[in-house]
This record gives sequence, structure tokens and C-alpha cells, in this order.
Amino acid sequence: MAPRNCCNEFTRARFLQRSAARAGAGLPAIEAGMPAPAGTGLSRRTFLSRTLGGALAVYGASKLGIDAFEEGIANAAADPSRVLVSVFLGGGMDGLSVLAPTGDAKYAGLRPTLKVDPDPTRTFAEDPTLQWTAAADSLRTLHGEGKVTVMPAIGYDHPNQSHFTSRHFWEVGELSVDGNFGWLGRFLDQHGVPDNPLQGLSMNSYLSPGLAAASVPVAAVARPDAFGLYVPGVGNPVLGPMYSAIGGLGALPTSDPAIGQARLVATEVDAIRTTLTPYQGTAIPHASSYGTGDFGRKLEVLASMLAANVPVRAVAVDAPGSWDSHSDQATTIGRDVKNAFDTLLAFQRDLEARGIADRVLIHVWTEFGRRPQENAGGTDHGAAGTSFVIGTKAAGQMVGAFPGLTSLDPQANLKVTSDFRGVYCSLLEQWYGVDAAPVIPGAAGFARPALVAA
Amino acid sequence: MPTVHAKKRKPLKKHKTAAKRTCRTVTKKVHGKKKAVRVCTPVKKKKPARKPAATPAGYKPTAPAFPPSVPVDPGPGPSPNPPAAPAGSWTPPPVTPLSARQAERLLWRAGFGPKPGDVARAVAMGLDAAIAELVHPAGEAVLNGPAPHDGDGAALQPYDLWGHDHLWWLDRMVRSSQPLVERMALVWHDWFACNRDKVQVDLMLGQNALFRRSALGSFANLLRDVTVDPAMLTFLDGIDNRKGAPNENYAREVMELFTLGADRGAYTEDDIRQAAKALTGWRADWADGTGLYNFRFDATRHDTTTKTIFGKAGNWSWQDVCDLCLQNPLHASFFVTKLWSYFVPVPPDGPTQATLQAAYVGSGYQVAPVLELIFRHPVFLDGPAMVKPPVVANAGLLRAIGRSIDIEDWAWLSGETGQMLFEPPNVSGWDDARWMDTSTWRGRWHVTAVALQPTQVPTGAPSTYPDAEDGAAAVAAALAAVGSPSLSAETAAKMKAFADAALPASMNSTQKRTYRAMRQNALRLLILTSADAQTC
Repeated sequence: MAPRNCCNEFTRARFLQRSAARAGAGLPAIEAGMPAPAGTGLSRRTFLSRTLGGALAVYGASKLGIDAFEEGIANAAADPSRVLVSVFLGGGMDGLSVLAPTGDAKYAGLRPTLKVDPDPTRTFAEDPTLQWTAAADSLRTLHGEGKVTVMPAIGYDHPNQSHFTSRHFWEVGELSVDGNFGWLGRFLDQHGVPDNPLQGLSMNSYLSPGLAAASVPVAAVARPDAFGLYVPGVGNPVLGPMYSAIGGLGALPTSDPAIGQARLVATEVDAIRTTLTPYQGTAIPHASSYGTGDFGRKLEVLASMLAANVPVRAVAVDAPGSWDSHSDQATTIGRDVKNAFDTLLAFQRDLEARGIADRVLIHVWTEFGRRPQENAGGTDHGAAGTSFVIGTKAAGQMVGAFPGLTSLDPQANLKVTSDFRGVYCSLLEQWYGVDAAPVIPGAAGFARPALVAA
Repeated sequence: MPTVHAKKRKPLKKHKTAAKRTCRTVTKKVHGKKKAVRVCTPVKKKKPARKPAATPAGYKPTAPAFPPSVPVDPGPGPSPNPPAAPAGSWTPPPVTPLSARQAERLLWRAGFGPKPGDVARAVAMGLDAAIAELVHPAGEAVLNGPAPHDGDGAALQPYDLWGHDHLWWLDRMVRSSQPLVERMALVWHDWFACNRDKVQVDLMLGQNALFRRSALGSFANLLRDVTVDPAMLTFLDGIDNRKGAPNENYAREVMELFTLGADRGAYTEDDIRQAAKALTGWRADWADGTGLYNFRFDATRHDTTTKTIFGKAGNWSWQDVCDLCLQNPLHASFFVTKLWSYFVPVPPDGPTQATLQAAYVGSGYQVAPVLELIFRHPVFLDGPAMVKPPVVANAGLLRAIGRSIDIEDWAWLSGETGQMLFEPPNVSGWDDARWMDTSTWRGRWHVTAVALQPTQVPTGAPSTYPDAEDGAAAVAAALAAVGSPSLSAETAAKMKAFADAALPASMNSTQKRTYRAMRQNALRLLILTSADAQTC
């Protein structure tokens, strides 16, 4: 890389493209009294994975040097294992816009403007009072093939309706604001390895809290493309020493945390820039049936990584969408549901075409559902939400009945008929084949729904 | 809380709903009092670009003005803010002479950094006078220096062109004679974060004017004004909140994010529902090509039933919701801690918090007395450093090198640094823990490179740069060129080491000049992107 007095990379379009690629900016700031996101405070190091041809941010307390990770990844890759892909619909998805209770006498009254008309061709086979909405046709297709387990009213007792707090409960796998580590992170602490950060892969620009582990490294994908700097007015032979000085300045010791952070980042920039030089233009080949969105591109890359036996065990990825649909829901929800599930269908088909579908399970979740009574155009935060497990190995049988709209909870929200912690226990035991007790607090007290086909 | 996803944007895209309207001032009865009110009527015809004035002209909130500061009536029930604060209090220490380092920090944290000469001036004034000038600015702000324009010399069009709203405000940050006013407007923008993805740009700029007007005033007034501010009414769905169909979006966030904080036991889910009912009644009209306009309270849409909030029952109005939140015993501690966190990177100790709360409540919810205490605190003046927020770093860089807004690139470059104005990531504002990572560091580098480009030393042959400048002189020249930021000893030493080693041992007479010119450009970049210069 020699951005010598010039700026091929420094075009507005390229920067805009990169800005767009960094979308979905992560967990919001935390106010006093709010739960801090799990994993806050984990150390972060940057690591170039030759397996991915790109840079990873590695999180965790591993004492191993960064060089050990490459070998750890190579060792782990020899033995492909089952993968769980956790897809988060942030904001609180309206489940009634995926499976609409058109057969429920209260539905039309509660959803005067948002209701969908009855359509017998879309009836949900497991509960004829429900029907798939047109936007959810991809999910209907997969369900017809026996590859979708529906949880139509999932949640927990005493539902919390703060986005931040309820999401935190789901991320840490318990009803505590104090949890520091994610439920998948705790699984990896128990059953992961100390030298493979790819075992827990956040396909977001930040570490997904559910993956935050206490003792093993996990990773977030950073931008894998080139990492040049625009340097007007400096060329060879001064350019090389100037680049070195960036790293040299970053390596200076300091006891001040903020200065230390800024210096650490400068050394990471230098390391990435140096290491990525030979990798410019390296792209991962993949199929192209995903449409054009960022979400599809991520899953496309993931499918190709899994096919190449990149040793991933748990993945977290955010599905884009205006899920927090307080207003104007009619405009957004169909578009967002369609985009999310069409993309997941493309991913599932890609996995099937590559012959690896039997070792991948997709878990789609949201922090809560939305209130059955619409607020004239939108819906407010509710209690029970809707969740799905998708895959060729999904049991395909509904977990917890749809509770109906006649008997709501004291706050007029959908009643919970399944507990997310029980689902986690089942995923741990039936999918990963491990004991849930060390991972999910109070595991013994939760019923285990059948989620995985024999 | 709407989840906002960054969109791919084309530069110079027309705003989708740039509102066009004409305004006039009339006398109206508002809340039983006669008031001069700007009445704005949408016009369909395309108008030439407006010229931004001190506040962008062309829009005034249609929300009523309020009687001056609402000293909150505690009403029956528990007395307001029995400080849930720890015992003890903190007294500001006697003022000692202000060091240059402290002055530099004060100017960065309470503004957008020093222009050349500002540090010496503050040192000469002393801490009390320097703080007083910031916290109690006299009269209208003056914008010093050339007016902003795009790369072709054309005036900015903040209402109409993508990114120009960002540039318009950035210009005020660079040029205003009242930097703390602009800095507090930025704090309020983060505190009450709305996003132009959902809100028309004219409403965002109207809200920005509110934040500027109320920058250093009463939080009680600000809370009321924000509650019925058109941008907020749009962003958190106040205009969709009506009798029989309450929308809880604002009711929740006003408690969780704006006044009380989550999971502190300050409120219940039922309080949110009841408050949502009390907040019903606001509406607006819509016109194609104009968007939302004519925001107003419509009594027929207001729920007049008895609402019980924080255990108090009454036929509460939206004003009452604001007051009840302020009177909640857990508000003052939330407020002072949150405000403190914008200026100091470690939490206040117990006695400090008690003192801040006492000043806040004792003054009737005034912001300025709390700021004065924060700025005099030893932890503020001498404690750990903070990473400069990206937009603050950008504005301060332009101030330091004496550059005005003369290109549009700052808008999209700010996206690279992680802080595009009017586009906070969500209703809880920007996450300052993410100000500095490998992506945003690169954005900061590019901001610096673009800022320095017009004044960089020419390297093309034949260079006229001095051919005998040594390393120490090169560092001194570079520091002077970039506003003389203070560097730590270790960074200064590293700069000199680079300068000493950057040139090859053997150079011909042309190279001696050209390579020294390059070294000079490199030093300026290294100084301004160093951790020392990116923190304050």
C-alpha cells in the first residue's frame, strides 16, 4: 500500500460505502442504573486472520499471544462442530405481524388499522387461529418443510419493557441486571478452547453481549478490506518512517486510561495497516442469492466460512429493521419482516446447497413483543414475543401455545407461554449436547422444549 | 426507542421533506397569556435557499412559549428531591493560578478548544473569570471569521442539502464567541437525542435552536420545551399519542433516559402508561412536499381522566408529567451524575454529588450553577483525560489552524469519525466509549489530513523549503503551525526522534528541501493525531 500523495481510496463513494458497512452502531450508551452490556470492559486486541483474509477484533482475557490464535484456529478447524447462529431483531418485533391471529375474535378490534385480512391459503398448520402474513412467506415455506420451530409467546415472568434491560436479560440468560457475560459466552467458557477466537463470532461492528465470555477469546469481524491512510504532502522516503512513528507513538506508556486507549488504538491501526498490506483485494468467494443488503452479505460470508470449516461455534448477528414500531408500522413492518426472513431463507438454502445445513441452527429472537392493542398506527412495548428456531435439524413443532387475545396479562399484553431460559437449556443440551446447568442459572427449574430433531 | 440504522447516502442529496413555509409574528393567547408567536404557513412554491442566520431562519417552533421558568411546585406529597445523595458535601477549593494545561483543558471541555492566544488569555484572566465568561456569556453570540461556504464558494443550505445541517452547526462551533453555549447545545442534542432519519431537517434545526436558547438555563424549562418540541414530538411519537390510543414512546424515555434512569426504582411500568395518557393531545398536520407542520395541542385528543403517576393522582397534563419527573426523589441524582459525565470521565464522589445536587435543586433546576461547580473541581482540572468527541476535535482543529468551513467534506468525514450531527445512533445518544477505535481513529486521521491540506508545505520540485532545518526546529515549526497544542514529554521526544531519523543520510540539494518539506507535513499530521492531541 502506498497512498503516496494520492488518494485512489480516498473517494467519497468509497467512504460512504464504508460508513454504510459500519451500520447498526451497537448497544446504546448506558445510563446510571442501567445494566451495562455483558462483556463491557473485556480487553480487545486486533488480530489478522489469514483464514478470513481480514482483521478481527479479539475480545477476552486469553493470556496467549496473538500468534497462537492462527494455530488454534487451524487445529479447531480439523473437527467441524455444530453451529448456532443467533439473529437479533433489536427493538421488539411485532410477532402478530408474522403470525397474525386472524382467527381470534379480538384481533380485528385490537388492530383496526394494522390487521391483515384472513387468507386460508396462509393458515398456520399448527394453530388454525393464526396465519402467516404475506411478508413472512419465506418462513411459511421453511415451516412447510418442517424446518421452523415457532415460539409464539416467549418471554419471562414480570416482563421488563425497557429495550436495554429486557435485551440484557436475554443476552445474559437470566433475569439479572448484574450479569457480565453472555449465555453463549458462558457456554464457550465451559466448552470452548483458549486459542480460537472465532469460536464466538460477532458479525457486528461490536461484540454482541450474548457472546461475551469470561475466560476464552471471542471475536468481532472488523472490516476485512484494505486499511490505507490518506497522507497528502508526504511521500517516500519520509512516508515509511512516518507510518512507523504512528505505531511508535502508540506504544508510549501512560497511566491515563483515555490517553492509553487512544495510544492502543494507534498501535492497532499500525498493526492492521502493516499486516493487511499483502491482503489487499482478497475476497471470499461465495454464491450470490442473498439480495443486496448488508445483512445478506454478512450471512453470505458466514455460509462460505462454515463451508470452509472455519471453526465457528456460536455466531451473533443483528437483523436490520425498524422493529421498534411505535408509529407508522404499516409502512415498515412488512418490509422489515420480508427482508429479514427472505435473507434467512437464502442463507438456509445456501447451507443446504453446500451440504452443511445439518450442522447449523438459526435462533431468531427479539427482546419483547409488542402490545396487541395498536396505538393508531403503531404498537407499544409488549410482553411475550415471538421467536423461531430454523434449520434442517429444527424439531419443527410449536413450543408453547399462542395464548389468544382474550386473556391478556394485567398490562394488556400477550401472556407468556414459554420461557427463553428453557429454550436456552434445550439448545445447550439438544443442539450442543452439553449440560445446561453450569451455563443457565436455575436451569433445573425450566421445562425443556423439544427443539432439535433426532 | 427507534433503532436507527445508518443508510447509504449520496452526497448533496436533497432532503426528502425540506419544509417550505412563510412565517409572521402575531399576538396570540397562549396558556392564558398574550404572547408574540411566530405563525408559519407552509407554501408549496419552491423558494430560493435560505441563508442561515444565528438560528436558521424560517422556522420557529409552533409549540407555545412558556411562562418564565417554572419553579416547580412540590404540591402535596413527598418534598422534591430529598437528596438521595450521600452525606457530606464538597466545597470548591480556593482558586489558585490557572496553569496553561488547565486552561487548555477548560477550553476544550467547556468549548471547542483554544484559538491561538486563547490559552494565554485564560491564564491571565484566572479560573473564576474564565469560567464566568463561559457560563455567563453576555448578549448575543458573535460569529467571528469568514462565513461558511461549500467548496465552490456557495452559501450553505442547511435545510435543503445533505450534510449542510452538520456543516452549519460545525461552523457555529468553530466561530461562536460563546463556545459553552454551543457545547451545551451538543450535550442536549445527545441527552435528548433525535435523529433526522425520522425527523424533518427543519424540525431538527428548530430543536437545535431550542438547545442553543436553553443551553445554560433552567432544565425545568428545557424539559417542558423539549417535551412539546416538534422534532421530539415526531421522533418519540408524541403526535401519535392521543386519548384512547396512547403511545408510550415518549413517556418511557422521558423517565428512563431524560430524567430518572432505568432500574433505579424511580418509576414503574404503570407510571409510564399513566404518563403516556397525561401526555396525549399533541398533533400536527401533514402536507405533501412540506411534511409535518402546525404542531399544536388539541384538547379534544387529550385524556382528561385521573392519572396516577409516582403514587400521585390527578388530571395530569403534559406539563405535570415534566414537573412530576423533576420532583421525583431520584431525579436530581440522575441529572447531576449525567451532566458531570459529559465533562469528567470518572464518577463524582459522594460529597461532590451532594454538593452538585444541592446546587441544582437549590437554584430551581438551573444548569449554570452545576456547571460552575464542575469546572472548578480538581478532578475536572487535573484528573484523568477524556477522548475529545469527534465533532469537538474537528471544530477545535479548525479553530487551532484558523480555517473556516470552506468545503463540504467535514459532513461525510464526521461519519467516519463516528459522530454525524443530527444523527445520534439512537435515543440514548452517542456511546462515548466508542469514540476511539481502529475505524474512527482512521476517520480522525483523515479529518486531520483534509484540514491541513491547504496549508501543507509544497513538496513539488523545485521546493523552496529551508534545506538545513534540523529535527528540533522542524518539530517547533510544526507545533506552531497547528496551534501549539501541549504535548507530553514522551510524545515530544518521540516527535523529535522521528524528525531526526526521517531523512536519509545522503541527499542531493533538491532532496534536502523536498524531504524536509515532507517531514514537516508528516510532523503536523503526527502531532494532531497523537493521543495527546486527541484527548483533553
